[in-house]
Amino acid sequence: MEHLFNSVPPFVVFYITAVFAFVLEGRTRTVFMLAGIVLSALNLLGLSAGDNWQLQFMSFELTPVRVDQLSLLFGYLFHIAALIGVIYAIHVKDAVQQSMSLLYAGSALGAVFAGDLLTLFLFWEVLAVSSAFLIWARQTDTAFHAGMRYLIIQVLSGVILLAGAIFYFVQQGNLSFDYIGLNSVAGWLIFIAFGIKCAFPFVHNWLTDAYPESTPIGTVFLSAFTTKVAVYSLARGFPGTELLVYIGAVMACFPIFYAVIENDLRRVLAYSLVNQLGFMVVGIGIGTALSLNGAVAHAFTDVIFKGLLFMSMGAVLHMTGRINGSELGGLYKSMPKTTLLCIIGAASISAFPLFSGFISKSMIMTAALQEKYNGVWLILLFASAGVFHHAGIKIPYFAFFAHDSGIRTTEPPKNMLFAMFIAATLCVGLGMFPQTLYQLLPYQASYTAYDVTHVLTQLQLLCFSALAFVWLNQKGLYPPELPSVNLEFDWLYRRALPVGALVVLQRLKAVQQLVYQGGYKLYCQLGALEHNRQVSKVMVFSQSTAGMVTWLALLLTVFLLVGVV
Amino acid sequence: MTNKTHFFDSEKNVKWVIRALYICCGVLFALDFIVNRYSKHPWEWIWGFYPVYGFVGCVILVVVAKWMRKLVMRDENYYQPAESEAEQHNGGQ
Repeated sequence: MEHLFNSVPPFVVFYITAVFAFVLEGRTRTVFMLAGIVLSALNLLGLSAGDNWQLQFMSFELTPVRVDQLSLLFGYLFHIAALIGVIYAIHVKDAVQQSMSLLYAGSALGAVFAGDLLTLFLFWEVLAVSSAFLIWARQTDTAFHAGMRYLIIQVLSGVILLAGAIFYFVQQGNLSFDYIGLNSVAGWLIFIAFGIKCAFPFVHNWLTDAYPESTPIGTVFLSAFTTKVAVYSLARGFPGTELLVYIGAVMACFPIFYAVIENDLRRVLAYSLVNQLGFMVVGIGIGTALSLNGAVAHAFTDVIFKGLLFMSMGAVLHMTGRINGSELGGLYKSMPKTTLLCIIGAASISAFPLFSGFISKSMIMTAALQEKYNGVWLILLFASAGVFHHAGIKIPYFAFFAHDSGIRTTEPPKNMLFAMFIAATLCVGLGMFPQTLYQLLPYQASYTAYDVTHVLTQLQLLCFSALAFVWLNQKGLYPPELPSVNLEFDWLYRRALPVGALVVLQRLKAVQQLVYQGGYKLYCQLGALEHNRQVSKVMVFSQSTAGMVTWLALLLTVFLLVGVV
Repeated sequence: MTNKTHFFDSEKNVKWVIRALYICCGVLFALDFIVNRYSKHPWEWIWGFYPVYGFVGCVILVVVAKWMRKLVMRDENYYQPAESEAEQHNGGQ
């Protein structure tokens, strides 16, 4: 240990609190969990950029804790997300969910403060395993299978990261986690590992598949950590990688089409999560100080507004037991406060001026134009209109308004409302006072969110998107919410691969039968053994390997004896 | 259960909200001709660029998504049989 400081590594308090959360129950557990987060936050405030904790492990120089502006920003963010999540989950009695959520949040902290690839890998895997429990906690068959698929893909990402780290060590002679780039095999492996966790196109299905199957509180935690750790990692290891601009543009664009036709409203939000990640990935790919600031600022605001939206839909699921748009509607009558809080989240994700999304997304858009990514800018603008359409309007409309489903319920428990209230306050607060967030950003770039052109053009875009929604609805052109499954890339491993494997197995079985039959015929035609037909029939028809082996052994023994004699 | 009338139960209120949106759109479109806004993208200077892009973009989004349904939409239990079979198989071992 080269440098000692008064604070402990940021993940430690969370891990200890997770153990307490597992053994305690009731109010004591709540008090311990909230106190743990506050204590951890105080510990974090005691850290400052440049505080590094290094140690020697075998022949590796490791940096389990590296503190700089970038990791600190994500550290603050994860504390806010964990606090909101824990308050939202106070009413939940399940000790596994309670403790796993803290272990999960703690691992995210460990990952963003990891100064070397080995430490990053360790937290990467704990992040995967602890979060899988939040999916299984729903205790349905569907959740179990989705959780398994999720875990396999997440662990695979970890294994690829480890392979990349090994290659990196061989090439560079150290494991430090700084700029990596795509100039080596190690770089590509690590990039793919980050990409899987960041839900790059074709490897994003673990997210849209598993998140909506989790419990109401599980999804709130899940939406905050895994993908943001990936965004952090990309910002650390691959800033300015142009390929990311195009990957991000695809991510921002294609999920919105699925979001329009998806019936499960939490899955709609999962698609919009991929869409928002797309903006961040573009920001990282552009690689200027402004765009990188925009990417991490958008990660910051997204955790809060996406958390708020998932919380409001979790509240609907908790109170009504339903989450499909086709079964909901008219809930504003019995859940007016939840409706209002959801609308604040919707306005924030849509980037309405005075709400948090506006102050972060516009940084990325501006940076794209500054660097002459004109085509990408048009795609992002389309995605901005699209996100308002499916997350800003569709979510609140089909849950709380639309046709009255006849469901009459009450507002969710007070702790859920309070958690949503904190998130909503932050959405509005950050939207109105952007400097609060801007001063925490890691790179030097001046930016003013509010000027007449920005505000006017954004309002024009959004209001005319709303107009399109109204027009399409009045003309009966808007696709109705239908109970359905929409095929996606995961069809390959959920249907094609198992069915393909089954077909191959059946063919192999048929070939095996043919070989048996052919072998039998051949055997019968061997004149020398013709008189043993009865015996051979017994042997072949039994089709037992053990039988075959026995006969073979017997034959060999006979030959051997004859030879010896 | 009380039969309380709520805000959007009245057709009049719904129309009022929609009219408010029309007025907002009208005013915002008109402002494009009054406000001297700056532009960086080659198409941004065109009058009404943002309103038209937002409206047309969303219509295209919905039309394409509706068309996609023909291609990708399946019964909601589409994945269920295979996965329950897999579970029975695993359970049997």
